[in-house]
Amino acid sequence: MALRIKPTYTKNEVTTWSIPNYWDVIAMVLVFAGIILLAWNAKQMIAPYHLGDLIPISLNPLYLPMYALRTTLRLFIALFFSLVFTFVFGTWAAKNKHAERLIIPTIDVLQSVPVLSFLAFAVPVFIFIFHNSMLGPECAAIFGIFTAQVWNMTLSFYQGVKTVPNNLKEAARVFRLSAWQCFWRVEVPFSMPGLLWNIMISTSSSWFFVVACEAISVANHTITLPGVGSYIALAITQENSRAIVCAIFCMLVVIFLYNQLLFRPLIYWTEKFKEAQDDDAKPPRAWIVNLFQQTKLLRSTSSWFSNIGSLWINLPILAISTKIKPAVIKKTSRLFVGFYYFVIALITIGALFFVGRFIFTTITFTEARHIMWLGIFTSIRVISMIFLASLIWVPIGVWIGLRPRVTAIIQPIIQFAVAFPINLLFSTVAMLIITFKLNVEIWVAPLMVLGTQWYILFNVIAGASALPKELKLAAANFKVTGFLWWRRFILPGIAPSFITGAITAAGGAWNASILAEAIDWGTIKLHATGLGAYIQEQSTLGNFPKVIAGTIAMCIIVLLINRLFWRPLYNIAVKKFQSD
Amino acid sequence: MNDKQPIIQIKNVKKSFNQNDHQDLLVLDDINLDLHEGEITAILGKSGSGKSTLMRIIAGLIKPSAGVVIYRGNRITAPAEGLAMVFQGFALMPWLTVLQNVELGLEALRVPKNERRTRSLKAIDIVGLDGFESAYPKELSGGMRQRVGFARALVVNPDVLLMDEPFSSLDVLTADNLRSDLLDLWQSKKTNIKTILLVTHNIEEAASLADRIVIFDSAPGHISNELTVDIPHPRNDQNPKFRLLIDDVYTFMTTSATDVGAAYRYKTINLGYRLPNVQIPEITGLLDKLYEPEYLDKKVDLPILADELHLDIDDLFPITETLEILRFAQVSKGDIELNAAGKAFADADILERKKIFANHLLSYVPLARYIRRVLDERPEHRASEERFLSELEDYLSEDAAKEVQRVVIEWGRYAEIFAYDYNTGQLSLENPN
Repeated sequence: MALRIKPTYTKNEVTTWSIPNYWDVIAMVLVFAGIILLAWNAKQMIAPYHLGDLIPISLNPLYLPMYALRTTLRLFIALFFSLVFTFVFGTWAAKNKHAERLIIPTIDVLQSVPVLSFLAFAVPVFIFIFHNSMLGPECAAIFGIFTAQVWNMTLSFYQGVKTVPNNLKEAARVFRLSAWQCFWRVEVPFSMPGLLWNIMISTSSSWFFVVACEAISVANHTITLPGVGSYIALAITQENSRAIVCAIFCMLVVIFLYNQLLFRPLIYWTEKFKEAQDDDAKPPRAWIVNLFQQTKLLRSTSSWFSNIGSLWINLPILAISTKIKPAVIKKTSRLFVGFYYFVIALITIGALFFVGRFIFTTITFTEARHIMWLGIFTSIRVISMIFLASLIWVPIGVWIGLRPRVTAIIQPIIQFAVAFPINLLFSTVAMLIITFKLNVEIWVAPLMVLGTQWYILFNVIAGASALPKELKLAAANFKVTGFLWWRRFILPGIAPSFITGAITAAGGAWNASILAEAIDWGTIKLHATGLGAYIQEQSTLGNFPKVIAGTIAMCIIVLLINRLFWRPLYNIAVKKFQSD
Repeated sequence: MNDKQPIIQIKNVKKSFNQNDHQDLLVLDDINLDLHEGEITAILGKSGSGKSTLMRIIAGLIKPSAGVVIYRGNRITAPAEGLAMVFQGFALMPWLTVLQNVELGLEALRVPKNERRTRSLKAIDIVGLDGFESAYPKELSGGMRQRVGFARALVVNPDVLLMDEPFSSLDVLTADNLRSDLLDLWQSKKTNIKTILLVTHNIEEAASLADRIVIFDSAPGHISNELTVDIPHPRNDQNPKFRLLIDDVYTFMTTSATDVGAAYRYKTINLGYRLPNVQIPEITGLLDKLYEPEYLDKKVDLPILADELHLDIDDLFPITETLEILRFAQVSKGDIELNAAGKAFADADILERKKIFANHLLSYVPLARYIRRVLDERPEHRASEERFLSELEDYLSEDAAKEVQRVVIEWGRYAEIFAYDYNTGQLSLENPN
């Protein structure tokens, strides 16, 4: 009785990756050097600039649909680039073990870099590239969204390509498919279910960042791009509650449409790629799919698309013959590989020197101690909130997961909740904190998990509903109840999926801390003591060395917690509790 | 008898896999074989004898370590046009329809779209699947999926058809049905196929299809015998000539070339011997069966026993081999007979059985003896499984080493000669508390 793991957010903890740790260190050094380099450039590039004709944001609700459209468009442009990145780097890492050693740990490190730090560095650079044009901030925002969605997609695709069953690979080779054909006919479809799940989760979490990326203040410049995020930012500065309500309502509609028009059809479509259908989980009905299947015009459009697809797959230019003398390849490639490692070694040494010099010359000891202190504060918030959220959602999730009919009702609601950009509500919470004179240090903490707690619930439900029925009956038969029932049956049974959910939630909470620890309402600023607030304040001031230091600190903390806590825990859970 | 040039020549092919830094594992040793026009050749062997590896070398999927495969005068180094393969696990793309799966090979050959369509539809027609063109593989039964596999192979118009255990994932009736359809197709000469190579572990399958049976022996894989079959098709499995052929094959497969005519000698194994993957209930079950009055004290014919137990040879041979290794029975020339120890075991109660088993395990399986000795010698009487695994990997491939270790741990736990903790991977002499 195979207990299948439901496809889920792909973090590195979940991939089977066992390469010596020094590659992780190399990746870390390279990423940090990259960040410093980017920020250093950014610092050089800050200059008074003119963005051309600024489009003023209006709080008139009539403009909201247009703003929502712009916001959505940004999200999908970023998604396009994420897909391209995924196909290129995911495949590369899966196909070439030398590239894999560098790419996978690098993505692991990048995944722990807060998205808003990327944004802080990207804005000046893109403004410099496209000076005198709104294209700069637009590109920066899209870049920020891209960094919010791409990493888990790439990891998932990499995992998919690596696990293509051997007999399919052999069939593709015996029938002499070219590499290009094999990619589109075998590797992409095989990885599709996992990739689609990650695309859906990525886009869901992107709503949070798309809203955050639109109104960004970097280096004392506040840039607003026409969109729902800017609308709400303006509403906050003007203390206009009516506009905030309008924006929230507008976002609800957008997410609803997005769920119906994209999410549902995609899940339905995924079924096609699966070897066998799940007995328990019927694919959700998607009216949009029915529409496509029943309407003649739309059907002919889709067959037209499939013809285009077939032409694309069979492009004659890309039918590169594989007949090259093997001996030659071996010789040149060995030379090349040697050169490759030599270059990596050189760059790493250079980067190490660079990072070291930066840390020792720019950051004073007191500052470093201060940052570490702040890091501890934020860590405590994240950990206690994940703990609290687990305490609440695990029993509820189990209750729901064991009841298929309730699950069927609740799942779409959670999908909806996951996608809703929770930062729209931050100002409301700020109002509450002000009105009731609550302690900022404590009450900003729930904001960090407000959006990501759903991952815990979602995965617990999935885990509980995947528990074999016979086990449930056996537990009842032997009168295993109460505490024993939890300890011996439920908790071990849902452990792997719960841990995956908690990892995802914790990662999201760290990212959200940058927004959640420093919230504004009009002129009142509610800033808690924490690393997130620190990064936000410093990037508003344009104090790049401090942003870098804060980012690196957060990165290291997240990586340490992942490596020392989550990964071992996950491995134990899978080894011990997953029946095979 | 063949003055024409063979279609495929296999010359001195060897294959070894990289084991660890200092050792290679030899899986195929010096294979010489020709495939002629108008012939169905079957390679028959136990699992792990390297027969599938040989087929993959012929298909150009893996390279031989030494020797060459020549197809119509050209050396095969990569998958070649004219060779098509049918897979054991069907290897159909689940996301493509029947028609798209069949078209796949033609897409690779850059056949224009319209021709692709007509040729594929014809191939689907030939294998009897018309009406299912738009179905996905998951909607089809195993037999129908393998028909898609055949159509996919036929559509590229090959002259060599390679079949890797094509019927072994199907149930008996479906497999029979598909086999006779294949024969009809072959005899009707509707296709361009000039020669068929079939890899199988099923003796009756080889006997009913092949014109020539090549018997493989393992460790390392080599050709131990070759038989020509001159019974006309369709072959009736009750025909005395057919029964005789099957009996011959059984004898060849249980007798190594060296010990013909000599007095019976038990097989003695070394530390790195690939223990058959057999579970305790299978051992006790067969011993109980052979202790029944109708089999007791006589040489039991293996084909009859296999028939009686509804087992394939791939399932029966490992068990008889285990009885031989543990010296509970004598196996020779396609026969098996219980010895005194085997009878004593079958007669004993559960606890007594464990004692006899432990005794034989320690005496005749060096690996079990070695593990026990290590545990005895250590002051804390514990050792990690990794330690033994790395030693086994000097003799066996990584997967095989893991399997052998799992087998010896199971046998040892049953015999209570050592204990094992799954969570820590520790072997010890303690009883669980």
